[in-house]
Amino acid sequence: MQLRLEPRAMPSKWLRYSSPLIALALTLVFGVILFSALGQNPAVALYTFFIRPIGTLYGLSELCIKAAPLLLCAVGLAIGFRGNVWNIGAEGQLTMGAICGGGLALAFYGDEGPWLLPLMIVGGGLGGMAWGAIPAFLKTRFNANEILTSLMLTYVAIQVLGYLVHGPWRDPEGFNFPETRLFGEDALLPVLIEGTRFHFGVVLAVLAAMIGWVFVTRTFAGFQIKVVGQAMAAANYAGYSGNRVVWTGFLIGGGLAGLAGLGEVAGPMGQLNPTISPGYGFAAIIVAFLGRLHPAGVLLASLLMALMYLGGESLQMNLNLPLAITGVFQGTLLFFVLASDVFIRFRVKLVHNVPRTAP
Amino acid sequence: MHSNKHFKGLVAAMFVVALAAVGGAPAAKAAEQLKIGFVYVSPVGDAGWTFQHDISRKDLEKALGAKVKTSFVESVPEGADAERVIREFAASGHKLVFTTSFGYMNPTIKVAKRFPGVTFEHATGYKHAKNVGTYLARFYEGRYLTGIVAGKMTKSNKIGYVAAFPIPEVVRGINAFTMGLRSVNPKAQVNVVWVSSWYDPGKEREAAETLIAQGADVVTQHTDSTAPVQAAEDKGVYAIGYHSDMSKYGKKAHLTAATHYWGGHYIAAAKAVMAGTWKSQGIWGGIKEGMIKLAPYGPAVPADVRALADAKGKEIASGKLHPFQGPVKDQSGKVRIPAGQTMSDKDMLGFKWYVEGVIGELPK
Repeated sequence: MQLRLEPRAMPSKWLRYSSPLIALALTLVFGVILFSALGQNPAVALYTFFIRPIGTLYGLSELCIKAAPLLLCAVGLAIGFRGNVWNIGAEGQLTMGAICGGGLALAFYGDEGPWLLPLMIVGGGLGGMAWGAIPAFLKTRFNANEILTSLMLTYVAIQVLGYLVHGPWRDPEGFNFPETRLFGEDALLPVLIEGTRFHFGVVLAVLAAMIGWVFVTRTFAGFQIKVVGQAMAAANYAGYSGNRVVWTGFLIGGGLAGLAGLGEVAGPMGQLNPTISPGYGFAAIIVAFLGRLHPAGVLLASLLMALMYLGGESLQMNLNLPLAITGVFQGTLLFFVLASDVFIRFRVKLVHNVPRTAP
Repeated sequence: MHSNKHFKGLVAAMFVVALAAVGGAPAAKAAEQLKIGFVYVSPVGDAGWTFQHDISRKDLEKALGAKVKTSFVESVPEGADAERVIREFAASGHKLVFTTSFGYMNPTIKVAKRFPGVTFEHATGYKHAKNVGTYLARFYEGRYLTGIVAGKMTKSNKIGYVAAFPIPEVVRGINAFTMGLRSVNPKAQVNVVWVSSWYDPGKEREAAETLIAQGADVVTQHTDSTAPVQAAEDKGVYAIGYHSDMSKYGKKAHLTAATHYWGGHYIAAAKAVMAGTWKSQGIWGGIKEGMIKLAPYGPAVPADVRALADAKGKEIASGKLHPFQGPVKDQSGKVRIPAGQTMSDKDMLGFKWYVEGVIGELPK
């Protein structure tokens, strides 16, 4: 006897769209149990996690800032994933974008103008694209597994960053500490809401999601990616090039991740240091799937993911709960979201004594 | 996509939860209580940099009781997130905020500008403002003493040193250790392996094993995990911990550890803020101020070695002895600090060269 997952012929449309709500309800139930067991008032704890961090304009702006790099990376990744292009290296592409864009800020330090920021944005995007082009080339030319190459290049990018900020790009007045000088005014993304850190990079991220939406639903290239991803044989028959999809996936994914990196260093950080991203490139993989590889879904998923980071901090700060507990709660939320998705698209079937047939 | 409708539903659901919560929120505490926030760079764990800050935080709570209320956030990355956490502390009524890692320097300064009524204390940095002070410990004093212990205990005269990044702080520690080592054993030498990480148990262990394989019979570290001590225990050599007493992880191997303790400073700073006498300053405390201590000696350390290290510690505290007391030679044998002089704080803060007795080249 065994359990088997069988695809449902006709997943309920109603269930499909309400699955995030089912997941949220299950998470709330779990939260009540978890926080009660810890001796906390569950209502206070849930409020502290979900509402308190975004209860003010500043909190909302922080949510957007936190979601922006996730959104940029995840939109790019989702486009690739639709075509079975497994770019796992957004973290490295993000880092390379930050290095290239931030490097321009340092190179023109003290002799800058309004032209510098656009140049940095282009530089950041191209830096990420260039880093994404390497696994694309290795895949299309040598059929090297892009999961491995893109992942390994992430560590290369982080080492390059480490070398630069510990070495030649170190702040000359910084007592040899590993960080660059603070960028000049012209090298910073403008803050759009006074009194917050809500910067122009958030607008770029939303624009990227909108363009991504049009790209996947309304363009021929987006359609080709979908066909290659879902039915390679059909794609071949139609004469669609798999290699072209690999290049498209990696260049878009790398470029957007590079923009995300630029948005961090030219936005809230204002300098380069050894830890530009706390793993946005990896978290974006979860975000992409949570958003069902659709740019609109990814937008919501990135906001949810950002709220989980903020909520975790809020629980620690206000209720003195340890980080591990907030991690458990965050993990549970993701678990329920993904699990309800599975059960809506598949049904569990008990299979009795399957007769073994000879191969 | 139709999820937008459901997103609204989601927000509504959250709102209900919120309303329920407001009814159950605890009443506000007395106004005089000083709320203090701590920003930690790693999990508290049970040994290491953040662990030391956390035991000091607990001692602060114990010492001042109901007059203070502390809270902390762990594992705050040194990127864009730090500013949010620091600001959130300031905005939620914390009048004193300790930011306990170097990478929080610029975010602390930025937030401090917006919150002139809040006092900030940043560990290990160099930027000050009217409401931002800094604090640092003279780790090198403890290093010097552990060097003495290592020099007395080594048979192979080879010491392994697992280090994170070649910044002055770490170089100063290596040099102070070597000065102490060679003050009792001029033949002993120090081999350094850089792991390019503050906390990476896997790499730290590999580095320690490499050093042991090259003949080191005492291993010490300037990294955060207990892996080097555990590697030494497994290979049957000695280890000297750092940050915390790591004897739990090397019952036989652990000789002692150079530890730091911030409780005294935290209590003093909290009292000063409450009394309105707090002033921005750069504090650099050592053995004398109780910021640097040796962990209890392991069973392998004989009484005469303990007595010697203790005596030297007293001399450092009284100012009679300075770890970088001339003559101090660099690797080429050139005298950098002539006899009769000691190194200035400024020179120590910018250490860019190895003293004699360290093998290998300092990465640039």
